[in-house]
Amino acid sequence: MGRYVVRRLLQMIPVFIGATLLIFLMVNVMGDPIAGLCGDRECDPATAAQLRHEFGLDQPVWQQYLTYMGNVFTGDFGTAFNGQPVTELMGTAFPVTIRLTIIAILFEIVVGIVLGVVTGLRRGRPVDTGVLLLTLVVISVPTFVTGLLLQLLLGVKWGWIDPAVSSEAPFRELIVPGLVLASVSLAYVTRLTRTSIAENRRSDYVRTAIAKGLPRHRVITRHLLRNSLIPVVTFIGTDIGALMGGAIVTERIFNIHGVGYQLYQGILRQNTQTVVGFVTVLVLVFLVANLVVDLLYAVLDPRIRYA
Amino acid sequence: MPEQQPYEPERAIAGTGMGGQMDLGASEAVTLEKTPGGPEGTGPQDKPRSLWSDAWHDLRRNPVFIISALVILFLIVISIWPSLIASGSPLKCDLAKAQEGSQSGHPFGFNGQGCDVYTRTVYGARTSVAVGVLATLGVAVLGSVLGGLAGFFGGAGDAVLSRITDVFFAIPVVLGGLVLLSVITSNTVWPVIGFIVLLGWPQISRIARGSVITAKQNDYVQAARALGASNSRLLLRHIAPNAIAPVIVVATIALGTYISLEATLSFLGVGLKPPSVSWGIDISAAAPYVRNAPHALLWPSGALAITVLAFIMLGDAVRDALDPKLR
Repeated sequence: MGRYVVRRLLQMIPVFIGATLLIFLMVNVMGDPIAGLCGDRECDPATAAQLRHEFGLDQPVWQQYLTYMGNVFTGDFGTAFNGQPVTELMGTAFPVTIRLTIIAILFEIVVGIVLGVVTGLRRGRPVDTGVLLLTLVVISVPTFVTGLLLQLLLGVKWGWIDPAVSSEAPFRELIVPGLVLASVSLAYVTRLTRTSIAENRRSDYVRTAIAKGLPRHRVITRHLLRNSLIPVVTFIGTDIGALMGGAIVTERIFNIHGVGYQLYQGILRQNTQTVVGFVTVLVLVFLVANLVVDLLYAVLDPRIRYA
Repeated sequence: MPEQQPYEPERAIAGTGMGGQMDLGASEAVTLEKTPGGPEGTGPQDKPRSLWSDAWHDLRRNPVFIISALVILFLIVISIWPSLIASGSPLKCDLAKAQEGSQSGHPFGFNGQGCDVYTRTVYGARTSVAVGVLATLGVAVLGSVLGGLAGFFGGAGDAVLSRITDVFFAIPVVLGGLVLLSVITSNTVWPVIGFIVLLGWPQISRIARGSVITAKQNDYVQAARALGASNSRLLLRHIAPNAIAPVIVVATIALGTYISLEATLSFLGVGLKPPSVSWGIDISAAAPYVRNAPHALLWPSGALAITVLAFIMLGDAVRDALDPKLR
């Protein structure tokens, strides 16, 4: 187990370097950050040159990357061009997005798995067909449309929620945005659980469990569910990173000041350090979530052993 | 009929393909149980069919496939000749009519700029279909060539490619789109297509790689190799036809998600920009007026949802037809 974890951690290094380098290069073609700093006017060449030197932008890209990563590992994510440390922006943005992601994941786990189990056990019945159609519709409607429609119905027409989330963004106000963020993945979780349950229901160990007289709920929770949840756990685990990165759209619709909002602002204002800093953290979250998922396999499926 | 290995496009979409294999014994049992008989309605007197004609036999009888294929056909026709069903120009707008509702000659009403929503919705299909089809072609060709070669030859190239796909999976798609496309001033579909190909190929490449690795272990491939077939012949004649099914399934479903992605990027202001006509642009423009003119938001949203739904259902139907395990 220990050796496996070490090997996986070592494997994460090239992926981490590759992903951050890729985004670093992308951000570097994003245009001249100094031009963005001067606003709409043309920059004074001398000032521009000085700023360029100050931010290290006159060095080659690979050297900028090395310097940046060196700083990141000492906890220094640089300063946004408005002088605010990027870590400070992260301190305000990440708690909001983490709350939003937690709500989304809870929706996926509770609603997605319950619907998946219910439909998987009743394959071909009306309830199954209905839910299946519903998931297809949810997958087909892009998140921003779902968000706008729910905002229109619940926020504007019926007045159940505030159309915009306040800057503190407590859990209560994030429920609907969390549902919107989760919607597509929720449908996938339902379908995945359904397929998995329906497949495993015909397996020998379920037949054995029924034959030895176990009550139905015990067969389902202890035998069927535990084996069927392995692909679902994989999906949800990898989804954590995707949800946090994909929150841009949801946060924009509901005016939530989280990671997506900061990133959107950073990109619009060509704020290199903000964008690279946030993306670096998101990539780390994604990699760690994947690692945790792989380790969870062993817990869920005792047949899997890590040497 | 060649036996299909189990694969799960739904898992593949999430970009996960690693780690523990679940209950292989049970799924194999299911496959074996199901394959010999073939689909229902095939008598023993039928001559043995290939996977493809078998799938086509199934698809022709699948109402989901027929409906989604008809919708897609209709979309393709109106994206080539939009004037067939919409006479006006999508750019002809009359501010005096801004936000007005449905009236004769203008069934969907007018948007915030006084443009006819019906005409714009019809013309918007072109962008979506073009982006979806071209991006999918690009992703499928690039992904299956790279993934297929990596899977076939293995070795260092394969290891490098696998790490590269890992890198791409670690980057959130919408975020990458915002960063890359925010600098591009060209207002055509090409940058969006290029971006989708750039970030989409790893998904197909992973599927193609796995599927080629499975196919190359088959006895008939070993036999062909023993008879002295060259690598290119092995790949093109023996492996490709038997490994392409999962790629087609995932690509068809991905087509729908690419259309949705284009609309999302246009909604965020980095995909296509006005005066281009795209459902994403129209939805984004209608959002501020939603209180007074919800129709300007609902029609393009509905068109977008139906289009994506049609492609995803088509992909679903194709998957069911090509994967005997699910029968």
